[in-house]
Amino acid sequence: MEKRFVYADNAATTPVSKAVLDEMMPYFTEKFGNASSIYALGRNAQRDLENARERVAKTIGASASEIYFTSGGSESDNWAIRSVCERLALKGKKHIITSVFEHHAVLHVCQALEKQGFEVTYLPVYENGLVKVEDVENAIREDTALVTIMYANNEIGTVQPIAEIGKICREKKVLFHTDAVQAVGHVEIDVVKQNIDMLSISGHKINAQKGVGALYVKKGIALTNLIYGGAQERNKRAGTENLPAIMGFAKAMEIACTDIEKRAEKTAKQRDRLITEILKISHTRLNGDPVKRLPGTVNISIEGIEGESLLLMLDINGICASSGSACTSGSLDPSHVLLALGLKHEVAHGSLRLSISDETTDEDIDYIIEVVPQVVKRLRDMSPLWEKMMAEENK
Amino acid sequence: MLYSEEVVDHFSNPRNVGEIEDANGVGEVGNAKCGDIMKMYMKINNGIIEDVKFKTFGCGAAIATSSMATELIKGKPIEDALKLTNKAVVDALGGLPAVKLHCSVLAEQAIKAALSDYYTRQGIDPLPIVGEIGECEHCH
Repeated sequence: MEKRFVYADNAATTPVSKAVLDEMMPYFTEKFGNASSIYALGRNAQRDLENARERVAKTIGASASEIYFTSGGSESDNWAIRSVCERLALKGKKHIITSVFEHHAVLHVCQALEKQGFEVTYLPVYENGLVKVEDVENAIREDTALVTIMYANNEIGTVQPIAEIGKICREKKVLFHTDAVQAVGHVEIDVVKQNIDMLSISGHKINAQKGVGALYVKKGIALTNLIYGGAQERNKRAGTENLPAIMGFAKAMEIACTDIEKRAEKTAKQRDRLITEILKISHTRLNGDPVKRLPGTVNISIEGIEGESLLLMLDINGICASSGSACTSGSLDPSHVLLALGLKHEVAHGSLRLSISDETTDEDIDYIIEVVPQVVKRLRDMSPLWEKMMAEENK
Repeated sequence: MLYSEEVVDHFSNPRNVGEIEDANGVGEVGNAKCGDIMKMYMKINNGIIEDVKFKTFGCGAAIATSSMATELIKGKPIEDALKLTNKAVVDALGGLPAVKLHCSVLAEQAIKAALSDYYTRQGIDPLPIVGEIGECEHCH
């Protein structure tokens, strides 16, 4: 097959779509007003900003007054967790429940809070990469300030039982935050029905630009001031609003949250083909539950090879993908997510994440399916680890 | 990860990959847990490394350093190979990102391990000639 460019790393980021860019463009030039200005140009900006807030709120079943625009997922996670914990600590609530495989934007905040005297329970995710609802229930204590569990895992794509966890938290009167960065636009989200108190969203995962996102905060929950110096975002986050980014983000949310089921069906079919075909390579395993996963995310461990060299070799062949190997993270240990599933270090080093989108064609899938086995063979042929594994087996 | 053109070239087209069936010096360093293993095969005749090949499990830098290290010692006297430092390998590759420097240490150690094996097979104590082959600090 002829070499082609296949972008299969949509969980890392996505391109800005034409529709989103079109929505943004006027706000760079003719509609450039500061939303705080009094004249019509400013008033119109204010109107469009609030309209964008309304549009975003609608896509997740929230009210406009419950949406705060941020710079993206990490900021939203930090802001949500710190706000709740700092406030509830004053009432003696200094316990947080989270999972071992959260994004670092959650884990590192929890670790920082531990240094400030908080106690954190890190729930296991078992071999299938799913948090158990009863584990959440059993971990809740009198002094629990917050439960924060990601909606869908960024590396393996498993979708957590969010509505069930939300129900338990509501019953036990504990606040519930979810990092939904990977889930938005891929699964149906309704913050009311699913009893979600706080939810983080990132724009660049859904074809908006980088550096924009939102935090949903249920009415009645007080946020701490993130940036002082202005009345923007209800006095909580000062700074002139990035209107082009916000307008594009609103458009992206509307598109991403339309026809989710139909789109997911097409993508999941392609995903399952990828899984079936790549698992035909010997000594491979799918990471995470085969069914309770995002429609576009595949994570497979390929024994005997190392992830970074796999990615580089795929890149030579025009395929953009990701891995959880130590070498791609710049640290010594492979991904905390894969280790949380109980994978051995040497197996976790050889993982491959492919994340496809609506734009992915069947020809793209054909190409990946053709190239991956060739690249794996080439790397295994030069791997002394693979040689050893084969020698052991043939004994 | 910003790799130099030389690293990308040596990774994309690694030189001297494979095994030497009648090798008289074979060394292996690293471990699977840390994510890199290098195995080096040498055919030594009259004190000259006539042929050298490698097999590596590891990242792009590990493969590129293996490739470059074999290039630098192929056809050279043992003494030259013993003098080869990890820094020389890094320089020849036009530099390596800081987090990848341990890969070059591994390449230097793989050469020494193969030469140790060669001397041992000759009935010569390798220690005074090759010296201690340190464990990779990175991994232990």
